[in-house]
Amino acid sequence: MSTKQNLVNWIDDRFPMTKVWNEHLAQYYAPKNFNFWYFFGSLALLVLVNQILTGVWLAMMYKPSAADAFASIEYIMRDVEWGWLIRYMHSTGASAFFIVIYLHMFRGILYGSHKNPREMVWLFGVVIYVVMMATAFMGYLLPWGQMSFWGAQVIVNLFQAIPLIGEELSVWIRGDYVISDATLNRFFALHFLLPFILAALVFLHIVALHKVGSNNPDGVDIKKNKDENGIPKDGIPFHPYYTVKDIVGVVVFLMFFAGIIFFWPEANGYFIEKPNFEPANPLKTPEHIAPVWYFTPFYAILRAVPSFAGTQVWGVIAMGVSIVAFFLLPWLDQSNAKSHRYKGPLFKYALAIFVVTFAILGYLGVVSATADRTLVAQLLTLIYFGFFFLMPAYTRETSDKTTMAKIYFAAMAISTIATLYYWWLFDGGADGSLLVKLIVTAIAAGHFVIFGIKPWLKPEQSSPVPERVTE
Amino acid sequence: MKKLIIALIMMAPGMLHAAGGGNISLESASINLENDAAKQRGAKYFVNYCLNCHSLKYERWQRMQEFGISIDDISEHLMPANAKPGDLMTIAMKTGDAKAWFGNPAPDLTLETRLRGEDWVYTYLKSFYLDDSRPFGVNNTVFDKVGMPHVLWELQGFKKAVYRYDVTSSGHVEQSFDSEAKAEAWIKEHGGDAEMKIQKVVDRLETAQAGKLDDAEYDKVIRDIVTFMAYMAEPVKLERQRLGIWVLLFLAVLFISAYLLKKEYWKDIH
Amino acid sequence: MSEGADLKKRRFLTATTSVIGAVGVVGVAVPFIASWQPSTRAKAAGAPVEADISKLGPGELLRVKWRGKPVWIMRRTEKNLADLETLDPKLADPASDMPQQPDYAKNPHRSRKPEVWVAVGICTHLGCSPTYRPEVAPEDLGPDWLGGFYCACHGSRFDLAGRVYSGVPAPTNLVIPPYQFLDDNTLLVGDDGGAA
Repeated sequence: MSTKQNLVNWIDDRFPMTKVWNEHLAQYYAPKNFNFWYFFGSLALLVLVNQILTGVWLAMMYKPSAADAFASIEYIMRDVEWGWLIRYMHSTGASAFFIVIYLHMFRGILYGSHKNPREMVWLFGVVIYVVMMATAFMGYLLPWGQMSFWGAQVIVNLFQAIPLIGEELSVWIRGDYVISDATLNRFFALHFLLPFILAALVFLHIVALHKVGSNNPDGVDIKKNKDENGIPKDGIPFHPYYTVKDIVGVVVFLMFFAGIIFFWPEANGYFIEKPNFEPANPLKTPEHIAPVWYFTPFYAILRAVPSFAGTQVWGVIAMGVSIVAFFLLPWLDQSNAKSHRYKGPLFKYALAIFVVTFAILGYLGVVSATADRTLVAQLLTLIYFGFFFLMPAYTRETSDKTTMAKIYFAAMAISTIATLYYWWLFDGGADGSLLVKLIVTAIAAGHFVIFGIKPWLKPEQSSPVPERVTE
Repeated sequence: MKKLIIALIMMAPGMLHAAGGGNISLESASINLENDAAKQRGAKYFVNYCLNCHSLKYERWQRMQEFGISIDDISEHLMPANAKPGDLMTIAMKTGDAKAWFGNPAPDLTLETRLRGEDWVYTYLKSFYLDDSRPFGVNNTVFDKVGMPHVLWELQGFKKAVYRYDVTSSGHVEQSFDSEAKAEAWIKEHGGDAEMKIQKVVDRLETAQAGKLDDAEYDKVIRDIVTFMAYMAEPVKLERQRLGIWVLLFLAVLFISAYLLKKEYWKDIH
Repeated sequence: MSEGADLKKRRFLTATTSVIGAVGVVGVAVPFIASWQPSTRAKAAGAPVEADISKLGPGELLRVKWRGKPVWIMRRTEKNLADLETLDPKLADPASDMPQQPDYAKNPHRSRKPEVWVAVGICTHLGCSPTYRPEVAPEDLGPDWLGGFYCACHGSRFDLAGRVYSGVPAPTNLVIPPYQFLDDNTLLVGDDGGAA
């Protein structure tokens, strides 16, 4: 036996090295028909590593105090050797992380990766997304620029809207009556901690995935078709086939990533917002506050919902539900097929409309609110929730309705009617132009009829899913 | 379907581009960041005219060596006597004094061109005009009610504003006139709609008192200042872009190798 | 590994990609490693310092800070200089053979000018700053003490040229920093104009 083999045996007797390698790489059989969309899982892992590595390094030079934070960033940019590169890798990485994760989530919905038996994979994924948002939010305070300060001020004040405990809760989060040194200090500690929790969650995400096996663009269960050795006929070992493929994806990603870092790090004010080149000033709000782009769809939903009965908690609830809805997806989607390829057309339309809605909400969250824009944001908020809560209606393949489906349907019906009432019979739409009001009304009503009512009358039907993958 | 979705995703950044931007038209500074002579002149002007009130406190004096000013020249001609080349470019003025003199402390300018943009700073520096209602006798078209005196007046002289009277109706400009009387007459003529308002705006600036330089020479001076400020705002920018080319070339080579490797392995998959 | 796989080509491409990838990893590591170097701020704070020695009398010690460390400047008396030679047998490195000083200080008095002595006041054992003990034969240091430096942390002893006694914890003589005389009364510590 060679020395190498001896060493491997010695380790294997004490640690399941070969076993893990085989089970998760060399003999983990993944469907052979992964396409472009399947690059983003490994890319997300890469960006997480980038964020942790650059973040730990930045933490070695950064000062988490209101007096020194802003200057310490400029110190990193100017005085620390290569500090600028490490900082731009981190700031660009934050946005890259969300781009990659949004595409990864889109892939999941497109091919039904949230559906049975992968609900746990999906749930861990959404938890990762939520923790990521918390991490990014806290990280954004650290440069202590104007946008850092006022962005955090606005978001922490959301908690104030919670009845009874809101006021105390927001003070407790800040550790002060405004965003201050104490807030910065604790956000720094949490921003440092959370990525390691993220890494642990990613581990669980992959454990859950490898228990049930990877989905694919056809939504075919490859384990149903095995050869005489018990190997799925449509499966190929992850290593080497997908490792070499993912390396190509990584290199292409790095070209885009490096392109931004070296030639366009501010990304026109989207990755590094201009007001953040001015130190935080608690006495002067910038003319226009917008969160970083990856939060703006939710921010637009928050702003779209009017305050009512003397409280603005409704917007906060809507924003919370808009995120929580992702957790419910495995149970909202009732179609027989996983992949959009074999689902009925309504699902495809709903998903396409949802993507457009998400993008436009993102845009509306960036720009300042006008009366017409608010009308559009309100319409899109309805459509956003329709994508989720009308899903039991437009994906169910029989005409019998479950209790939950009825509840979701009723909630959407009430929301739609309330919105129309608010626009026309209340003063809600009064400032908007008549044309915009008519258009949003028509779209809201049409959307509800097409995705809410029509499918109950004539349920969608999935086409038969083939035995084997098609590509 | 897939293509539609991809197309929509590609559109999103385009839509985002439309965001932001003020309503004041700015002149293009068109600086050349590589122009060392401009940076050197800009440094001299900046130290003479700006650095008395505005600090550049995130950067050090010695940085100016990078565009060809020797350490001796920095020490003798630019730095205050008690400073060292490794010191930050702070100023002696206390914020309390500045508040008393100008109403607000003069902001640090290290990152000004990244905060407001090069074009803004350039346009700002040439847009002072006489206005008796202001404490220093000047106002600015891109920064209304500015608290700063026209520091460069010796060079530029003084400009005066030529006003225009816009008749607006629910936000839209209907017609413009060179006098308020004409605008009023036009409103009467057109039914005297209560919605119509007259708005006095600065149409253009004219020379009221000539300075040492003509307009073209002055533009060159402030372009030099902006070049210097832009360099100091991100001294690493040129190096970053140069390095970026090499990184992308390296990744291109790695891509070729990785792609061939993938292709070779995937020959197995049918 | 199906039929027709060109193993040679595969091995070649794997090796090529690995090597290029490794170069990339090294390239990425460079900024991370280099960022630990003293920053511009640290270097600026560690810039050479000037010291005015016009008021430094014989037998007196002046302390200045250079790169955050105490630097001693002492004007030695004729007697101090004469004493140095007599101490040679008791010292670990009397001729300053160890590279603890610039070449211009590798002489019996370990300095550019015999009377003016400059040294980093940090014990070469574990980094405490020794105490200046100019008095002759004090009770605690014994009858043979001719003046020098005593490190209270672990008992190391140095003479007035910063040379270490043998048999004490410190292994080497005190470090002499680079320095130069700008004029008779002004020293520049930390920069010798490349004379070393």
